[in-house]
Amino acid sequence: MDYKGIIAKYKDVPGGIIEAFHAVQKQFNYLPEEAIVEAAKIFNVPVAEAYGVATFYSYLSVEPRGKNVIRICESAPCHIAGADEVVAALERELGIMMGETTDDGKFTLEYTECVGQCQATPVITVNGKPYAGVSPAQIAAILAEYR
Amino acid sequence: MAEELRIVLRNYGKIDPLNIDSYIAQGGYKALEKARGTDQKGLIDEVKKSGLRGRGGAGFNCGQKWWFAYMAQADQKYVVCNADEGEPGTYKDRLIMQNDPQSLLEGMAICAYAIGADKGYIYCRGEYPYVVDVLNQAIAQAKDKGVLGDFDIEVRMGAGAYVCGEETALIESIEGSRGEPRFKPPFPPAQGLWQKPTIVNNVETFANIPVIVDKGAEWFAAIGAPDYPGTKVFTLTGDINNKTFFEVPTNTTIREIVYKLGGGIPGDRKFKAVQIGGTSGAFIPEADLDTPVAFDAMAAVGATLGSGAVFVLDDSRDIVDVVTRIAGFFEHESCGKCAPCREGTMRTAELMEKIEAGEGSIDDVALLEKIGRVMSYSCLCGLGQAAPTPVLSTIRHFKADYNAKLL
Repeated sequence: MDYKGIIAKYKDVPGGIIEAFHAVQKQFNYLPEEAIVEAAKIFNVPVAEAYGVATFYSYLSVEPRGKNVIRICESAPCHIAGADEVVAALERELGIMMGETTDDGKFTLEYTECVGQCQATPVITVNGKPYAGVSPAQIAAILAEYR
Repeated sequence: MAEELRIVLRNYGKIDPLNIDSYIAQGGYKALEKARGTDQKGLIDEVKKSGLRGRGGAGFNCGQKWWFAYMAQADQKYVVCNADEGEPGTYKDRLIMQNDPQSLLEGMAICAYAIGADKGYIYCRGEYPYVVDVLNQAIAQAKDKGVLGDFDIEVRMGAGAYVCGEETALIESIEGSRGEPRFKPPFPPAQGLWQKPTIVNNVETFANIPVIVDKGAEWFAAIGAPDYPGTKVFTLTGDINNKTFFEVPTNTTIREIVYKLGGGIPGDRKFKAVQIGGTSGAFIPEADLDTPVAFDAMAAVGATLGSGAVFVLDDSRDIVDVVTRIAGFFEHESCGKCAPCREGTMRTAELMEKIEAGEGSIDDVALLEKIGRVMSYSCLCGLGQAAPTPVLSTIRHFKADYNAKLL
């Protein structure tokens, strides 16, 4: 479905612009500019306001990202459990730095704050799916699931 | 004491969360039936008398809050569940929603009846898409069974903004706006979602409600600390043997949680500090470990109960390193609406980084204290007011860690 069709589905949902953005992002992995303009029209708010919403929330992205978004928790419990070493392993395996996307468009690395899976730390998520208690040695195997 | 007592997690592992019949077989929805047979005032009175205080961090008397919304005159009222569990080291609301979603729906439905609302929202954080699925299934089953009557519940998904745990920011987000807190008053029970009277309660608060209605206010009020009765769910992280969760009466002490339930510190390390209530909580030294976890007892030692996160550090940990990371968290999560928080979190992070890099002086520490003091009373919402707590509490209790890094 194109972004217009997706956004139209939320037309009658009060305050539904964030739900519409979630739905657009699920399909495109980010919010294309024309989708934000369209949402502003549908929800009857100025484009600046729609853009303001899109850029307020860290899970919404206005920049294109890879097919698989990997987030590494940097909150205190993961920090002391060695999140830095997991970051280093991911950067090494993918050949990109945090915040970047691989050339083939398959992976993006992002920091996140706590994802609420603190029973085993550190934690990463791939497309929202949590992997708790991750060690650098496991990274290659986790990436293989998505390659 | 130091025994687990499961009230909000009463059905944990005992029911199939995705099957409403399994909840009903455990006595589910009897409390709602009982509540609907009581008059609204009497029901709110019962909740008030139970002494239940909000489990989201602010600790306000739940029945009192409901009373304000009940008294407000309006053509439409709302019940909102705050499931935007964002405090680092906390996952108690996820446990409740994944393992017993119907008890949350029942608690919300009781509240809806009490205040006269027919529409509810669960604002679930964007990090929990799989919980959103569980909730939607649970709601569909409850609708099919007809147990909710004319009370309608909709799930809205957050999008990764810690500030949306603040109730007016959460309301803004449901309305489709940037999640920036509102000026208060008016408070949500008077003017909340779409300016209508709204009750915003935490997941854990709602999960207590069916049991209170079922067993009575007196039963509940007799559990734990008299000024903050009931239980609290704690999630243990950091340097602790049992990295898991526990639900205990509120008169349990921090020491009992760390050493008895938590199993103490791994290896031959010694205890250094524990941060309770999430990343905005105070770091507590050994000397205060015998404090009961109840709200007011914690406040008396300059700490908070907050979300019930218990983050333990052993003596190998560098407090300044940990607090620098936390300062970075608040710099990132400040919404920017009010200047004391926007500037304060940024300057605090800057100063912490400077000290962490070994380039700070005693004047920088003094400046941190001053910024923190000003933020604690001048920031618009709880985020900014609490953000300096980790910094101030560690300067107070672990000064040596700072001094070791100063020029």
